[in-house]
Amino acid sequence: MSSEGERSEASDRAGSKATRENGRDGGDGDHVSAGDGKFGRYGGQYVPEALMPAIGELTDAYERYVLNNEGGFMDEFRRRIREFGGRPTPLQRADRLSERYDTEVYLKREDLLHGGAHKLNNALGQVLLAKYMGKERIIAETGAGQHGTATAMAAAHLDMPCEVYMGERDINRQRPNVFRMKINGSAVTPVTTGRGTLKEAISETMRDWATNVEDTHYVIGSVVGPHPFPRMVRDFQSLISEEAREQIVDRTGALPDSVVACAGGGSNTMGTFHNFIGDEAVDLFAVEAGGSSLAVDAEEGVAPNSASLSTGSEGVLHGARTKLLQDHDGQIVESHSVSSGLDYAGVGPELAHLVDEGRVTPVNVDDDAALEGFHRLSQEEGIIPALETAHAFGYLHEHHDELGDVTVINVSGRGDKDLDTAIEETTKRDIPNAPDMSMFEGGLR
Amino acid sequence: MSDDGASDRVAAAFADGPAFVPYLAVGDPDYESSLAYVEALAEGGADVIELGLPFSEPIAEGPTIQNAVVRALESGMTPTRFFEFVEEVDVDVPLVCMTYYNLIYQYGESEARSVSDASSAERSSANSRAAKPRDDGEERPASKGPRPFVEKAASVGISGFVVPDLPAEEAGPLREACDEFGLHLISIVAPTTDEERLDQLVEVSSGYLYVQARLGVTGASSSVSDRTGESLARLSDVDLPKAVGFGISSGEQAATIVEAGADGIIVGSALVDIVAEGHERDEPTEETAARLETKARELKQGAVDGYGRRTPAPEGTSD
Ligand SMILES: Cc1ncc(COP(=O)(O)O)c(C=O)c1O
Repeated sequence: MSSEGERSEASDRAGSKATRENGRDGGDGDHVSAGDGKFGRYGGQYVPEALMPAIGELTDAYERYVLNNEGGFMDEFRRRIREFGGRPTPLQRADRLSERYDTEVYLKREDLLHGGAHKLNNALGQVLLAKYMGKERIIAETGAGQHGTATAMAAAHLDMPCEVYMGERDINRQRPNVFRMKINGSAVTPVTTGRGTLKEAISETMRDWATNVEDTHYVIGSVVGPHPFPRMVRDFQSLISEEAREQIVDRTGALPDSVVACAGGGSNTMGTFHNFIGDEAVDLFAVEAGGSSLAVDAEEGVAPNSASLSTGSEGVLHGARTKLLQDHDGQIVESHSVSSGLDYAGVGPELAHLVDEGRVTPVNVDDDAALEGFHRLSQEEGIIPALETAHAFGYLHEHHDELGDVTVINVSGRGDKDLDTAIEETTKRDIPNAPDMSMFEGGLR
Repeated sequence: MSDDGASDRVAAAFADGPAFVPYLAVGDPDYESSLAYVEALAEGGADVIELGLPFSEPIAEGPTIQNAVVRALESGMTPTRFFEFVEEVDVDVPLVCMTYYNLIYQYGESEARSVSDASSAERSSANSRAAKPRDDGEERPASKGPRPFVEKAASVGISGFVVPDLPAEEAGPLREACDEFGLHLISIVAPTTDEERLDQLVEVSSGYLYVQARLGVTGASSSVSDRTGESLARLSDVDLPKAVGFGISSGEQAATIVEAGADGIIVGSALVDIVAEGHERDEPTEETAARLETKARELKQGAVDGYGRRTPAPEGTSD
């Protein structure tokens, strides 16, 4: 954004959009209300009573500072995400992929945001908000470690102590990010319950919050959890589509035919879709992790995938009613994906609603297709994507003929954190376009 | 157990003297032992028993009960088994079901559900599959809800529910179902609950109030929070019995809390610890049951002693 005037106009625009979709107005003049946190039948606030006052306080702060720019909060946020974060991120035409698929492929380069993923948009917004609220401590959960890293960076930048909960399995899968968090001065606490992935990390962070709720803010890492988190995280992430929509129109003179983003909890997804939702002609595709199979083994309580939008059913988890991977009784099953960041049994309630409405099409690709996508983007465009992001490129490869003439794909993050996993997973499978990895067998010589 | 008069039975449990309300996770470490343990608590003087129906994501529980939940789930505990348990257990005190909302919400939908049905998920098995969002001819369940669970619970003789992840804001449908079947919905009052929320909470509550003694998750602790007295004072106008829980592990603590004005004490982790110990040591079920009964007597006696220490005799405040 180039001027104050444009900035506040943009935030007004986001604000009035938010009001419209909640079907209610805050009342007096331009005041925007935080609404009731329902997206159709989804959303809500299913959390312990001890947290409700803090959630009320947060809703109030979200309404005042984020939606109504009190104290110039949004101005400060936009300044910091520009100066510290490096926004706006570019929209780049992918020349080789465009040629290969005979479709104009544009990449929204969130991998170039500070920290290497879209996660900083939300983390910086929430840590700054916690500061405005007078909170003294930050906690967060992380799956791939990208949200934890972004939160650790934002906390260091804004001088707040920070503790990040991370599943033990994910700590082993995403070691570089664990180092980054530590180096930024955050505590990293391993979570050993369950399979030691994102689901358990969220539960454990909620327990910390219930204990220290009076001085601590929980920076949730995706558009999940109780109201106001799904809406607030989406608002911070919607910078992605605010820029992308303008950039694609500047570039091509028109809106794209489709927009594609990977979906775990769905924060890069909602951020990339938000400003296109009113553009009925633009198809929106949320690419979930198909893992190794779409079947759920109810007996074992596991789903070898994380495709809650494609195969899940309505239920209540981590504060919201949404689509979940669960067994007959309502026990949450263990999800799976080659990418830690998509490895979660739930999804944001707004995304679940948009899927029911038919506005967003949920699709998925399996682990192998994601790895193929990972290697293709690396080789053909010189961009090593996060394994999460790679799912979007797996989908592009398989369904480019359904994406119209012009498609925008969100490159939600870069893959530096995934190199160990990518090498390991590639060597144990038959990925046709992978480079020869034999030099890595038995350790790097 | 009989299914009538749930309301009266809970009221009666608080009517003469302080109530001892123990908690155990049903199925921890297995169904049969669990029967013996719950019966031992009744022998030891329980006035109401909170039976935990284990949920895979127990966000309000500390490590002790989390581990109990894992053991119970591994032993095959399900809502269906839970209801069988309630029918089979031989105790004569009101039983309250403590669980998380998703299990209540899903019950009765299992037949209609397609998610865990591998054959429908495998409609196509290519690398990528577009799940059609609608107009695929597949009927989604119109709406899930708590009614079937509550109806079943009432039929096996459950007297009420504690649902830690269901604040007053979301409690409407469960409250309605409880009214329909004459069951209680017991709300948790936290140290952070303010006046306004308290009113809202009391509105949807019946049976008793579960007064959370301190912030945090469940778990035994050596000191009882100062905030308990404060909380009880704030609640003095509320016309429901107040049972205090979170962290009580000894008769002496029970006494202190009842002396401070509580109408009952809720004890979970300290009892679950005994079950866990027995399980680790491979102790015979009867021995663990006997230790549970002894602990129960200590806690009940503590509550009674605390009541006796109140000065002057608190006419009319305990019932
Ligand atoms: C690069 C990247 N993309 C996507 C995701 C998935 O999260 P979300 O669905 O909230 O965007 C993650 C999560 O860690 C991530 O690191």
